[in-house]
Amino acid sequence: MKASSAELDHLFHPIDRSSMADQVLTRPSVPLWRDMIRKLLKNKLSVLGLALLLLIILLAVIGPSLLPHSPSTQSLTRTNLPPSAEHWFGTDDLGRDVWARTWAGARISLTIGFAAAAIDLVVGIMVGGVSGYMAGRGRLGDRVDSILMRIVEILYSIPYLLVIILLLVIMKPGIITMIVALSITGWVGMARVVRGQMLQLKQQEYVLAAQKLGTSHARIIFKHLLPNAAGIIIVNLTFTIPAAIFSESFLSFLGLGVQAPAASWGTMANDSLGVILSGQWWRLFFPGLMISLTMFAFNAFGDGLQDVLDPRSHN
Amino acid sequence: MYVLKRLFTMLVTLWIIVTLTFVIMHIIPGDPFATDSKAIPESVLENMRARYNLDKPLPTQYILYLKSLLTLDLGPSIQSKTTDVNTLIARGFLPSAILGIQSMLLALVAGTALGTIAALNHNRTFDYISMFVAMIGISIPSFILAPLLIKYMAVKWGLLPVASWGTWRHTILPSLALAVTPVAIIARFVRTSMLEVLHQEYIQTAEAKGLSTWKIVVRHGLRNSLIPVLSFMGPLFASVVTGTFVVEKIFAIPGIGKYFVDSIFNRDYPVIMGTTIFYSAVLVVTLFLIDMSYRFVDPRIKLASKGD
Repeated sequence: MKASSAELDHLFHPIDRSSMADQVLTRPSVPLWRDMIRKLLKNKLSVLGLALLLLIILLAVIGPSLLPHSPSTQSLTRTNLPPSAEHWFGTDDLGRDVWARTWAGARISLTIGFAAAAIDLVVGIMVGGVSGYMAGRGRLGDRVDSILMRIVEILYSIPYLLVIILLLVIMKPGIITMIVALSITGWVGMARVVRGQMLQLKQQEYVLAAQKLGTSHARIIFKHLLPNAAGIIIVNLTFTIPAAIFSESFLSFLGLGVQAPAASWGTMANDSLGVILSGQWWRLFFPGLMISLTMFAFNAFGDGLQDVLDPRSHN
Repeated sequence: MYVLKRLFTMLVTLWIIVTLTFVIMHIIPGDPFATDSKAIPESVLENMRARYNLDKPLPTQYILYLKSLLTLDLGPSIQSKTTDVNTLIARGFLPSAILGIQSMLLALVAGTALGTIAALNHNRTFDYISMFVAMIGISIPSFILAPLLIKYMAVKWGLLPVASWGTWRHTILPSLALAVTPVAIIARFVRTSMLEVLHQEYIQTAEAKGLSTWKIVVRHGLRNSLIPVLSFMGPLFASVVTGTFVVEKIFAIPGIGKYFVDSIFNRDYPVIMGTTIFYSAVLVVTLFLIDMSYRFVDPRIKLASKGD
C-alpha cells in the first residue's frame, strides 16, 4: 500500500524555529590548543614546574651578570666564604664565586641536556618513523622494519650508562663529547615511541584517504602522521631532557664530564665532596639544589602535559 | 619459541657488548706503558706487551680475549700487579650485592605501600602528599642525597657510621641513598596501576561480597597492579647497579662499583673492560630473567604470544 503525498504531508510538520533556541551553542567554540593550555594551567603542579623551568633558564642566561664576579676568577683572599650579600652562594676553595659558577654550570648542563634530547628526537623520529611506516608494506618494508627494530632492540638491552662511560673514557672530555656520548644510545627510546604511534596512526581512515589520493610517503609521514603523534612525542621529550641532564651530572660526578675550569652542576657537586664535612655546605647544596629543581620542574611539567596531550594515560 | 628467540637476542647482545668494549678500548692511541716507560728498558717493555698480548695483531688479540672470556677470565689489571679483574669482582661482590638487594627490597616494599595508600586516597590529601614526596624522591639524585645523609645522619646527629664497611649499620645509609629514587618511581607506578585495577568489575564484585578493604587490596588489587611494576624491574635494577658506582664511592665501600670508578680514574683499561663486561652480563641476564618471569606471572601474556 502506497501512501499519497497528501497523507504524508499530514504526517510531517515544519519545525517551529523558536524551539531551536536550546540547540544554540552557549559557549564559544574553543580551539584545541587553547583548551589544552586551559587544562594545563588548571594543574598547579605543572604550572609550578613550568615556572621553575623558565626561572632556571632565565637565571642561566642572566644569572652570572647579576653579580660582578666571573665564574673562573680565583682569589686567594676570599676562599671558602659562606653565602653573604656579596657572594650570594658563597665561594669555593679557590675563591671563585659559587653563584657565578652555578649559573655558568647551568648553561653547560642545560645545553648538554637540550642538545642531546634534540638529537634523540631527530634520530628517533627518523628511525621510528621509517620503521613504523614501512612495517606491513610488502616484503621490503617488513625487512626494513625488522632490521631497524633488531638494532633498536639490541641497543635497548645494552646498559647505556656503561657504553657512555666507555666512550667518555677514551674521548677528549668536553661538551660536544658529552652530547655525542649521550645521544649515541639515547634515541632508542624515542624511536620505539614513534614507531608505536606510527603503527597505530597509519590504520586511520584519513591516512587511507591520503594514500588513495596519491599523496607521497614523505607527505603522509610529515603532514598526517607526525603531527598526530606530536603530543606523545612532546610528552616523551619532557622526560628525555631531564634524563639527559641527570646522566650528564652523574657522569660529571664520576669525573668524566667537562674539564676545569669549566664546571657543570655534577662537577661542582663532585668537587664539594671533600669539603662537605668541614661545614662548607653551600658548595654541595646549591648545585645539588639546581639539579634537583630542574629534575622536579621537568617531571612536574611533563606529568601535567601528559594528562593533556596523552589522554589515554591514567593519572 | 619466544624463549629461544629471546635467549638468542641476549647472546647476540652480550657478544656485541664484548666486541664494542674491545674495539673502544683498542682505538685509544698509544699503549698503556708509554707514560712511565722512560726508565724501563725496551726489552722489559716488550716482555710486558707480550704478557698482555699487546704485541700480537688485533684480530688475534680479539680471538684471545673472546677465548679467555669463555673461560670466565676477565683479564688482568695493569695498575695492580697482583690482582686481576676476577679477584676484584670476587672481593667486591658481597658488599655490592648486599647493597643492591637491600635497596631493591626497600624500594619494592616502601614504594608499593606508598603507591597503594595514595591510590586508596585518590585525589585526597594523602594522595597529594605522597605523590609530592615521590616527585621529590625522583628529583634528588643519589649522589646529592648521599653526602647530605652523611653530613646530617652520621656526622651531625651521630646516628649511624659515616662510611666504610663492617656491620649492618654501615649498610643503612648507602642503601637508603640508593633506594630513594626507586621508591618514588615504584610508588608512582603502583598508584597508577592500582587506580586502574580498583575500577575493574572484579573489585566491585569483591566489594559487593562484603570483603574488607584490606583483603580487596591485598588479594585482588596488589596481585594485579604489581604486574606492570615487574616490567619496570629491569630498568630499576640497572639504575640501582649504576647507582652503586657513586654511592660506593661516596661511602668508601669496597664494592665492585668503587673498583670500577677507581679504574676509570686510573685509566686501568683492562679493568674497565672486564668490569663493564661483567656488569653488562649481569644486567642483560637479569633483564632476560625478568622478561621470562613476567610471562610466567601473568598468564595473559603467555596466551598472547602463542598467537604469533
